[in-house]
Amino acid sequence: MTRSWNDWKEILITTIIRASGYSAILFVALIFIFLLREGLPALAEVSPAELLSKRWYPIEAYFGLLPLLGGTLIVTLGAALIATPIGVGTAIYIAEIAPRWARELLKPFIEVMAGIPSVVLGFIGVLALAPLLRRLLDLPTGLTALTGSLLLAAISLPTIVSVAEDALDAVPRAYRDAALALGATQWQTIWRVTLPAARSGVLTAVMLGLGRAIGETMTVMMVTGNAPVTPTGLGALFSPVRTMTATIAAEMGEVATGSTHYHVLFFIGIVLFLISLAVNLAASSVVFRSRKRAERILS
Amino acid sequence: MQIRNWIILCIVAWGLAGCGGARPAQAGGAAEKSAAIINKGSDTMVNLALAWAEKYQSLHPEQPISVTGGGSGTGITALANGAVDIANASRAIKPEEIQAMRANGIDPVEFVVARDAIAIIIHPDNPVERLTLQQISAIYSGQINNWSEVGGEDRPIVRLSRETNSGTHVYFLEEVLRLGQKDNKTLFSPDTLLLPSSEGITAEVRDNPNAIGYDGLGYVTPEVKVVAVAAHPGAEYYYPSVETVNNHTYPIARDLYMYTAGEPQGAVKAYLEWILSSEAQAIVVELGFVPIVGY
Repeated sequence: MTRSWNDWKEILITTIIRASGYSAILFVALIFIFLLREGLPALAEVSPAELLSKRWYPIEAYFGLLPLLGGTLIVTLGAALIATPIGVGTAIYIAEIAPRWARELLKPFIEVMAGIPSVVLGFIGVLALAPLLRRLLDLPTGLTALTGSLLLAAISLPTIVSVAEDALDAVPRAYRDAALALGATQWQTIWRVTLPAARSGVLTAVMLGLGRAIGETMTVMMVTGNAPVTPTGLGALFSPVRTMTATIAAEMGEVATGSTHYHVLFFIGIVLFLISLAVNLAASSVVFRSRKRAERILS
Repeated sequence: MQIRNWIILCIVAWGLAGCGGARPAQAGGAAEKSAAIINKGSDTMVNLALAWAEKYQSLHPEQPISVTGGGSGTGITALANGAVDIANASRAIKPEEIQAMRANGIDPVEFVVARDAIAIIIHPDNPVERLTLQQISAIYSGQINNWSEVGGEDRPIVRLSRETNSGTHVYFLEEVLRLGQKDNKTLFSPDTLLLPSSEGITAEVRDNPNAIGYDGLGYVTPEVKVVAVAAHPGAEYYYPSVETVNNHTYPIARDLYMYTAGEPQGAVKAYLEWILSSEAQAIVVELGFVPIVGY
């Protein structure tokens, strides 16, 4: 009797846990279906040539997505260029070089940094960073892609540091000991042994940080100026841009449900979804490939 | 003992009154209350109309008011169909709309309830004092790109605008950028910065000597410089103020209207009279519009 009650409990709990495990798939599928349902009509209402044009002015039915796509790419690329060296550097310092007390001090600070609301960062960006950049670089305005990149780098840093640090920590002690015993300096050990061994984890860290940067909305809406100019090169980092996320956030509130503009905004959502999917797939394929290589070497 | 009985009696009586009283109050209220005032129209005015309705209902809880947007044309059409009591419009009614209404046996009556003026703002260190509408249009459409072309220093011009979903953006596009010409298809220069809030524009203008921005007159703060505007080259330049807006000398301003079907009666009349009072006009100032009476 008691045992059968316990069995039932067991079954119930396993079912609940299994369901919550699979629920992630369900949610992603539902979100994607919803996006497709609301966004795909845009393809019927706006010709592909128009979607690929350079003018975004939705209230007069100009639906060119190029400036928005370019804006998101350049802000994210800038953030990656800034955050990757600083983030990986911090992770190396914490995992390999820092004395115990510095490590104990740094880790909680990085966790606190992850908890700063993005709107607060945006506020700092508008009032402090943008004026500073304008004066320092003698730009016409401080509300530029670079300002957004710097703040996005700050947002993605905690993710990069903590994931990369875990990966470096997981490298077996014996690797370092062997390298040092062979006469390598500490720097040689880090650069030639520890970092390559943790490569897949560090790459995942950068990709996760990038994913965080692509989806960020509030900060970029406040500091990038939101001018729908198509970026043509890295010089565009120093001029205003309009990202896809900021466009959706700024325009969704006032758009008439079911209008062409509404469908195009959801279509932008699909594009964003596909971009972050591609980033994640790229990250996991790299991890997969390097794991296979590691297995080959070990066998 | 007696006191306790009294207390119980009181509680029971209060409970009965509460239960029994609720329904008659509702039924009686419906008879006593005039039906809800239905107010629809201009999206520019929807926040103002909502603020008025909220304040009026807090003063007169027995008078429900429903406010919806949809656009000036939508509101006027609804008034012609007898669907609403008051139509909000950020433009004057058109002759063909009046005709359509008269065909339905409705004579629209116009009330100017507030005014809307846009101030052109620049950094306090910018030596430019005045601009014509044509110059402002040329700046925002990208034909003028340096302050030296309009009498200022040799600096690039950074154009600031509200987001496209703002009523002010659309008004600025139609009345300034396109100079009020219906067939004019001028667009904002693509490098115009679209900022999500009035505060965003003020913050950038306050800090950046290259910037030019526009905002509702009520949102202008003392840290920025307001430019005098002339309707066309050779015309006189005016600074925006309650006075120049009300005597129609400042060119970037418009009246905000409410229309009723025939002379308003009863509750609608009382509501419109209250809107023209200084108490309701104080709300106009809070929302960044210009009141029709001094404040």
